[in-house]
Amino acid sequence: MPQSDNYETVVGSANSEIASFETHEKGFIGKFHHALHTTPALVPLIVLLAAIVVFGLALGSRFFSPFALTLILQQVQIVGIVAAAQSLVILTAGIDLSVGAIAVISSVVMGQFTFRYGLPPSVAVVCGLAFGTAIGALNGWLIARMKLPPFIVTLGMWQIVLAANFLYSQNETIRSQEIAEQAPLLQLMGAKFNIGGAVFTFGVVFMVLLVLILAYVLKHTAWGRHVYAVGDDPEAAELSGVNVKMTLISVYALAGLICAFAGWALIGRIGSVSPTSGQLLNIESITAVVIGGISLFGGRGSILGTFFGALIVGVFTLGLRLAGADAQWTFLLIGVLIIAAVAVDQWIRKVAA
Amino acid sequence: MEPILKGRGLVKRYGRVTALDHCDFDLMPGEILAVIGDNGAGKSSLIKAVSGAVVPDEGTVTLEGKDVRFTSPIEAREAGIETVYQTLAMSPALSIADNMFMGREIRKPGWRGKYLRQLDRAAMEKMARDKLSELGLMTIQNINQAVETLSGGQRQGVAVARAAAFGSKVIILDEPTAALGVKESRKVLELIQDVKSRGIPIILISHNMPHVFEVADRIHVHRLGKRLCVIDPKDYTMSDAVAFMTGAKEAPRAA
Repeated sequence: MPQSDNYETVVGSANSEIASFETHEKGFIGKFHHALHTTPALVPLIVLLAAIVVFGLALGSRFFSPFALTLILQQVQIVGIVAAAQSLVILTAGIDLSVGAIAVISSVVMGQFTFRYGLPPSVAVVCGLAFGTAIGALNGWLIARMKLPPFIVTLGMWQIVLAANFLYSQNETIRSQEIAEQAPLLQLMGAKFNIGGAVFTFGVVFMVLLVLILAYVLKHTAWGRHVYAVGDDPEAAELSGVNVKMTLISVYALAGLICAFAGWALIGRIGSVSPTSGQLLNIESITAVVIGGISLFGGRGSILGTFFGALIVGVFTLGLRLAGADAQWTFLLIGVLIIAAVAVDQWIRKVAA
Repeated sequence: MEPILKGRGLVKRYGRVTALDHCDFDLMPGEILAVIGDNGAGKSSLIKAVSGAVVPDEGTVTLEGKDVRFTSPIEAREAGIETVYQTLAMSPALSIADNMFMGREIRKPGWRGKYLRQLDRAAMEKMARDKLSELGLMTIQNINQAVETLSGGQRQGVAVARAAAFGSKVIILDEPTAALGVKESRKVLELIQDVKSRGIPIILISHNMPHVFEVADRIHVHRLGKRLCVIDPKDYTMSDAVAFMTGAKEAPRAA
C-alpha cells in the first residue's frame, strides 16, 4: 500500500490533551448576549422592571402603591391565564387562535348548565372545564393526526366555537346578581382578599400558581422537555423517541383546560356570564407571549417570560391611563414592543453567543 | 447460524418511486455489516424499514427469530435497536444531556420522581459526561450547552454516544463518519470495534470505502432497491465493491 493510505495511524501519536482555549473577553454586550441566550425570560423582566420604575417615578404613589400594583395583576389575570395556555402551544411551534372562544364558551357552559338545567354549580364548573379540554383535544387531534396546520385548525375552531357559543346561549347574559344569589361558586375566582392594601383575587393567585407549576413542569419533567423538542424539530424528536402526536394532543388539550379555567376566572372578573366577553383574548394572549420572548418558531422561551409579557402590557395600560394619556398611546407602544421583542429574539438566536 | 435481524421481501414505495424492491437483509450476531450503495439505491429506506422509521408496504422483519412490526422508532428502540440517523435527530435548542436522554429520561428516586415526576438531572448529566469521555469527546466543555453550539463533528459524536449507551441488540449507524475530522472518525471506528467486542452487532452505512473495509465483517451491496450481493472484504478490493454497487461489474453469484 502506498504510504498515504495509512494517514490515520499518525493520529495515535497525536497530542491527546484536551483542547483548551483562553476564555477571551467578550465584553459587556457579549456577556449580556450569552445571558439572554441561556435565560430568555431576562429581556421581558428587564423591560417590566424598567417600566415600573419609570411609571413609579413619573406618577409617584398613585402608581407605586400596593393597591395600584395589585390592580394590574387583577387586570391581567384573564390574559395571563390564557397566555400561559398560548405559551404551551407556541412552544410546540403552533398557534391557538381559539383560546378566547374556548374561554368564553366554557364560562357560558358553566353558567347555562347551572341556570338552564339546574345542575349544582360545582358540577357545572367541572362540565365547563371538561368542555374546554375537549375542544382543545379536538384541535390537537386535527393538528397531530390529520396533519393540518395549527393556524388553520384554530382559525376554523375559533369561528365554530364562537358561533356555537352565541347559538347555544341565545346571546343572553346571566346577570351578576342572579349568580351571586344562586351560584356564588361561579364567581369564586373573583373573591377578593386584602393584605396590607394589596388586593388579591383567587383568579390572580390561580394565575401565579399556574405559571409557577407550568414553569416547573416544562423544565423538570420529561413531558416538558418533549414540548420543547417537538417545537424545536418534530422530526428529530420523533426519531429520538418522543411520541410527537401524543405530546401535541396533550398540549392542545391542556391549553383548552387552562382556557376553561380562564373562562371561570372571567365570570369572577366581570361578575356575569356574557357570551360577548373575551373577544380580544386570542390577540392579547399572543401579544403577551411575543413580548415575553417566546419564539413563534417554537422550542425557545420560557413561560415566566409570558407572565412578564402580560404584566408589561398591564403596567403600560394602567400607567398611561393614570398619566391621562389617550388609550391609543397604549396600543401604539405595545405595537412597538411586539416588533422590538421579535427583533431581540432574532438577535438572541445568533448562536455565536 | 440464524441472523439476529432479518428482512425478507421488503417493499417500500413512495408514490410511484420504488425505494425497496423485494429486498432481503441479514445481520448475523456479533458482526459488523456494512451497507454500501449508490445514492438513491435505497440504503436509507432499508435502514428505516428495519428501525421502525418507515413501515414497509410488504415483507417481514424478524428480530431474534420473532416476527416484529415496528410502527415507530420508539418501538424499535424498546426492542433494543438503536439508530444514529444521518440527520442525527437532535433538538438544537436543548442541551447535550437532554438530547441524550430524550424519550428515556431518568426520574429522581422517591416521591419527587414518582409524584412530581421530577427529572434526575445530576444522574443524566453524569452518565452523559461518562459516555462522551469514553468516546474521547472531551473537547465538549459543558454538558449543559445547547447542541446548536457544537460543531458538526461534536454533534455526531454525541449522537453516536447516545446509540452506544443505549443499544442492547442492534446498533445502526447511518454515515457516522461523514461529518467528522480524521481524529474523530478514528474515535468512532474505535468505538464501533468496542461495541462489537461487547457482542452487539452493528449495521454501518457508509460511503467511505477505507472505513468500510477496515471494520466490516461482511458488506451488503445495495443496488436499485434490493440486495445485489454480500461480499467478504477480505476477498474483494475496494474497486470491486465500487464496481458492483455502480453496476460497472457483474456481481458474484454466490453470496
